[in-house]
Amino acid sequence: MIDSVTRWAGTPRTGPARLGRRLLAATLLSGLMAPAALAQGVLKIGMTASDIPLTTGQADNGGEGMRFTGYTIYDGLINWDLSSADKPSGLVPGLATSWTVDPADNTKWTFKLRDGVTFQDGSAFTADSVVWNLDKLLKSDAPQFDPRQAAQGRSRIPAVGTYRVIDPHTVEIVTKVPDATLPYQIAWIMMSSPAQWEKLGKSWDAFAKTPSGTGPWKLTLFAPRERAEMVPNKAYWDKARVPKLDKLVLVPLPEANARVAALRSGQVDWIEAPPPDAVVSLKAAGFGIVTNSYPHNWTWHLSRVEGSPWNDIRVRKAANLAIDRDGMKEMLNGLMIPAQGFMPPGSAWFGHPSFKLGYDPEAAKKLLAEAGYGPKKPLVTKVLIAPSGSGQMQPLPMNELIQQNLADIGIKVEFEVAEWNTLTNIWRSGAKSDMSQKATAINYSYFIQDPFTGFIRHLQCNLTTPAGTNWGYYCDPEMDKLFGEVRTTFDPAAQAKVLEKIHEKFVDEALFLMVAHDTNPRAMSPKVKGFIQAQNWFQDFSPITMAK
Amino acid sequence: MLRFILRRLVAVTPVAIGVSIVCFLLVHLAPGDPLSAVLPVDASPETIEAMRTAYGYDKPLVVQYGLWLWHVLQGDLGTSIASGRPVTSEVGRAVVNSLILACVATLIGFTFGMVFGFVAGYFRNSILDRLASAVSVFGVSVPHYWLAMVLVIVFSAQLGWLPSTGAGPDGSGNWRPDLEHLRYIILPALTMSVIPMGVIARTIRALVGDILAQDFVGALRAKGLSEFGVFKHVVKNAAPTALAIMGLQLGYLLGGSILIETVFAWPGTGFLLNAAIFQRDLPLLQGAILVLAMFFVALNLIVDVVQTALDPRIERG
Repeated sequence: MIDSVTRWAGTPRTGPARLGRRLLAATLLSGLMAPAALAQGVLKIGMTASDIPLTTGQADNGGEGMRFTGYTIYDGLINWDLSSADKPSGLVPGLATSWTVDPADNTKWTFKLRDGVTFQDGSAFTADSVVWNLDKLLKSDAPQFDPRQAAQGRSRIPAVGTYRVIDPHTVEIVTKVPDATLPYQIAWIMMSSPAQWEKLGKSWDAFAKTPSGTGPWKLTLFAPRERAEMVPNKAYWDKARVPKLDKLVLVPLPEANARVAALRSGQVDWIEAPPPDAVVSLKAAGFGIVTNSYPHNWTWHLSRVEGSPWNDIRVRKAANLAIDRDGMKEMLNGLMIPAQGFMPPGSAWFGHPSFKLGYDPEAAKKLLAEAGYGPKKPLVTKVLIAPSGSGQMQPLPMNELIQQNLADIGIKVEFEVAEWNTLTNIWRSGAKSDMSQKATAINYSYFIQDPFTGFIRHLQCNLTTPAGTNWGYYCDPEMDKLFGEVRTTFDPAAQAKVLEKIHEKFVDEALFLMVAHDTNPRAMSPKVKGFIQAQNWFQDFSPITMAK
Repeated sequence: MLRFILRRLVAVTPVAIGVSIVCFLLVHLAPGDPLSAVLPVDASPETIEAMRTAYGYDKPLVVQYGLWLWHVLQGDLGTSIASGRPVTSEVGRAVVNSLILACVATLIGFTFGMVFGFVAGYFRNSILDRLASAVSVFGVSVPHYWLAMVLVIVFSAQLGWLPSTGAGPDGSGNWRPDLEHLRYIILPALTMSVIPMGVIARTIRALVGDILAQDFVGALRAKGLSEFGVFKHVVKNAAPTALAIMGLQLGYLLGGSILIETVFAWPGTGFLLNAAIFQRDLPLLQGAILVLAMFFVALNLIVDVVQTALDPRIERG
């Protein structure tokens, strides 16, 4: 309505000018008298985080942080497409309308920036803003360098070498080596307002309380450890994504039962990660459980160190055939997708592996026998697990089920239980380290949303500790060659084909024990309308409304 | 009396230093990486090293303790690794919230504890004694985490009478003792009050029973003193021991309860400690534990002084 008035007022006056003025007056009057149909409600979300994630740009608290205080208040040059529940989520233009690599020098990327975008404080978003934000993470002597944001963001952009302003709407980024996965890395980097930072005395602490990004939501209340409130950014550059709600409230509720209680008592309308044993009663009480596939993997990362039993492909395949994944799903009240590969079924990179994961203990025993194991010579091995942890779903019952399944085919598993943070340190230290205590596998869950996090970091030969997190010391020159191809294939469709080949090799060689994918469950009040759960770690809150 | 207070203050100093050493060492001895709160799981070794240097974790433990203590003596408890905010302000805010909760829990617990204790002690072996004793045994025996969940299920989820989490409709920042905010405090305060109520009731029951059995009470009655007058004597005699117990219970309440504050998401010291433990936020853990320990030390000192004021025999002893 406003747009049509503006356009109309902008046209040259014609004959019936008086009629036009009357029409204009009527339009404005009807707008003033319109009922509060724009009031679309307040959505209160109970998060699993124990504090409001960092609000300065590069959120902490992992995927949940970026979901709630990253892609809400801010944008990246490249965003994720969160508009569909039915297809894998890919990259879409954000603050950059296009990005191209120089065919003559494929380390040189040119990003064309969106015109007319302003930060929430009113200052203009330009190429200088991009360079300023990259300096915030990478240049330790820059006044705006923030160690906390650097800790989150620097590791996400390993390919970035140098960068510069070409013109107010063009930025050039030069990678250290040709790397076609740069767009996935750049999608992590949020653009904070330099002007707001200056205005607030160049203090990131002050900025955290009154942040300014270009995103669809503006932070209006920040009560540490208790509450954050956001309202729609009406001037958001993507008009289709201006939020419909009046307000979004985030409440940290780290204890699962407290989250369920808050939902049931109406204090919140939506909770992240309801415990599986609350699902039945929540559904009976009329709450919706929303789930979807997303790039998450719960796995046993196998050691390929000399002497590990998992060096024999028959043993790896036998273990993969021994797991009753459907039984595990039933145990978790349906909050799990049985693995058919390393990527979730339906992933754009799934391909057509020939090794089919399933529950076939007889075939598993046969393979194990071929490998020389049997009742007289059982395979005995140690696996590292944690009783809880971010993304770990329900690790104790899940691991115990696997232990039983493997025992049924002749693999005796002993668990070495470590607290989650300790397990993470063990994971960083590698299978050969003393910390790993000669374990031949580690139960870990992975964010697998881009080529690096999905494949490369686990398997590239030179990414063993301390350079990376190839915990198991896997090394296959053929796989490394495929990783090289991913990095030098700049056409997205052709790159996807290479990633399919990688996944097929991964599954056909049964590189890990592929068990499960989380379903990103959320429980919500029936009043929550319009939410589309994308196949992504991040979600879009813009289309949501609250029924009365 | 002044000399007594000064003597106690001097005695407290080595206690305080010992507490600071234990606070510092305890958290450092726990396994895990103190930087896990700020680093993504796949942070590069260079990033990890840079952060370790930035936060001073590359220095020897003794140096870290010295620097930390020096800052503490100047009122600076450091910076929370997870939140980036000063520990002093984080702990300060949490302490205030725990204090509010503790005050209400104290009111409930001590009032009912004294009532049940005196009733049980005066009417020993009667049905009133048995009822009062049953309530106090329930108070000390029931796991208060379980009780918290039951109260939430009944009063929040099923009946919808009271909120289940939080300190107020818009957080604790604007807390005031109006009906809206008091609704948030009822369930956590009730849950926290059951243990002190039970302990105080049982203590006072035993004290009152013993005092009533003493000769001087018989003598007072024989002299014609009214029951109320006798009651006043009983209270005076029971007070020092009862106060000591109440002081200890108040200390526990002021320290917050990790379980209760987490269940109710009450933003007090317990909630803060829970978050700090899971995030391996060493500065926050050290600061919070030190403040709570010092609270205890200070409270014990106050209780000692009050006890001595009530019963001068303690000072001469």
